[in-house]
Amino acid sequence: MLKIDNLSLSLPGFHLKNISFEVADGEYFILLGESGAGKSLLLEAIAGLNKIHEGSIKLKGKEISNEKIQQREIGLVFQDHAVFPHLTVNENISYPLKHRHLTAEERSKRIKPIISTLQISHLLNRRPATLSGGELQRVALARALVQKPKVLLLDEPLASIDSMLKSDLRALLRQINRDGQTIIHVTHDFDEAVSLADRIAIIDNGKIVQTGTPHEVFSNPVSGFVAHFAGIRNFFRVRIERKHDLVTAYPHENVPITLNCVTNSDTGYLLIRNEDILLSAENFESSALNNFEGIVEDIYPVRNGEEVVVNIGIPLHAQVSRESAEKLGLQRGKTIWVHFKASAAKLITV
Amino acid sequence: MKSFTPFQLIVVLASALILLFIIAPLAGMFVATSPADLFETAKDIEVQQSIKLTLWVSLAATVVFSVAAIPFSYLLARKSFPLKSIVTGIIDLPIVIPHSAAGIAILGFVSRNSLLGKAGSAIGLDFVGHPAGIAVAMAFVSLPFLINAARDGFSAVPERLEKAALTLGASPSRVFFTIALPLAWRNILSGLILMFARGMSEFGAVIMVAYHPMISPILIYERFGAFGLKYARPVSVLFILISLAVFILLRMLARNKEQKPVHHA
Repeated sequence: MLKIDNLSLSLPGFHLKNISFEVADGEYFILLGESGAGKSLLLEAIAGLNKIHEGSIKLKGKEISNEKIQQREIGLVFQDHAVFPHLTVNENISYPLKHRHLTAEERSKRIKPIISTLQISHLLNRRPATLSGGELQRVALARALVQKPKVLLLDEPLASIDSMLKSDLRALLRQINRDGQTIIHVTHDFDEAVSLADRIAIIDNGKIVQTGTPHEVFSNPVSGFVAHFAGIRNFFRVRIERKHDLVTAYPHENVPITLNCVTNSDTGYLLIRNEDILLSAENFESSALNNFEGIVEDIYPVRNGEEVVVNIGIPLHAQVSRESAEKLGLQRGKTIWVHFKASAAKLITV
Repeated sequence: MKSFTPFQLIVVLASALILLFIIAPLAGMFVATSPADLFETAKDIEVQQSIKLTLWVSLAATVVFSVAAIPFSYLLARKSFPLKSIVTGIIDLPIVIPHSAAGIAILGFVSRNSLLGKAGSAIGLDFVGHPAGIAVAMAFVSLPFLINAARDGFSAVPERLEKAALTLGASPSRVFFTIALPLAWRNILSGLILMFARGMSEFGAVIMVAYHPMISPILIYERFGAFGLKYARPVSVLFILISLAVFILLRMLARNKEQKPVHHA
């Protein structure tokens, strides 16, 4: 459907480098990255608002990177909606149809189902200045949809919506996608990405660092950046040693972590979930193969208890209940033991 | 009662003096002119014709030149190009040079021996001593007011709105007419009014190109030269009154347009 191949683009102070990805017909594709990662720039390049310097953009097999913006058949909804302030809602929505030589009947045939899906029929005669952020977003969506774009690009569509309305709008976006609309959606919000995407591409500093389904990406993050997005704090680059059947990973020369897996790689990434780490005041015999003495470096409240950072040569994040933290007398500088099973340490090789 | 600090007092006093400075001469002229004189002057065919001529020639100059000046302002607001700062400086040139000198320059430009003059002669149009020449002189000195106001207006239109229109399938010319122009209209209208006003009041440049037919500022000058202050005064008062009426009318029209969105809200 849409194939981006080796796209590069430079603007003063910013570059997109060798971006490649493919979006299938009817797919909900999310570009996830922090502010300033180049997400919006990439969307504008696909829409034709920024000229690319290298690479190609193919839509349904046809090269469109030199095509005029108005002939690309790509809809773009801007983060701040860009609803025309001097036109009514109705005039805004009809704007893309005005130059298409459609009869009034054909026009209303196109508009009616869309305004009914977006529930904005009652706003048609209003001016944008009188609308809320959520309403403006719906108007902008309707305006982009009436031109029946082959691909709909959404730039942070939920960023300026208050949280009460977010789930409504998410449901609406899912609905639009289920109706067959291919969507590329840019966001910095992990939850948004997981709840909407068929596939995700993670973009960092002008590059795509990982692509896959949300499950693939967040269960096998290939960089600390991706892991950070998924809320995983214990993510380390490791050197791997094999002796007999035993695989040991070294995030630090003095920290050997025993793994329960088979691998031929010499390097990889190690991921340990906070909730899989056990803390105790003294060392004890257990089935856990990884036991380290460390010092509490930091402790702070989180939603379900306390997050404890223990330095065992590397900073390890553990999560404990408030009761446990009190029982163990956890405080900064205290010596403590850390335990986790070999199977809790997950190795990701690239 | 509210007390003023010494600084506030000085500011108020300075403001009052400046206001007085503007109002006093005009008020003095109005007071010195009897209604009977004014009435007599209003009946004077020569005066009537000159006021009519001034109004329509300035209006025509504003309308004709705006056709090119508005797209030019759009270009200045949207594009960066080499030597743009020099181009911007050139636009302001007519404001800073003496208007009599501007008149001499224009005379050379439109005289019978010039390229434009010859082209005009070919179609039977002689700029010198003709309303067309007056319009050229008026436009020369008043164009910067329109261009600067329109450029500010276009600059204030968020470029994203134009980008959005492009992605909605509009051509660049449709984007200009349906997005940029309506959104910058308030500034453009204000620029048009300023240009019209500045053109109407022009004396120095016009007198070089066309003493006759006589626009009002030249008529005032002639009456003063031939008959003295007493005879120049009623014409001046009448011209100021009519100019004021036209501006108030135009401003009111502009304001109505500005307030429209509020009515819909």
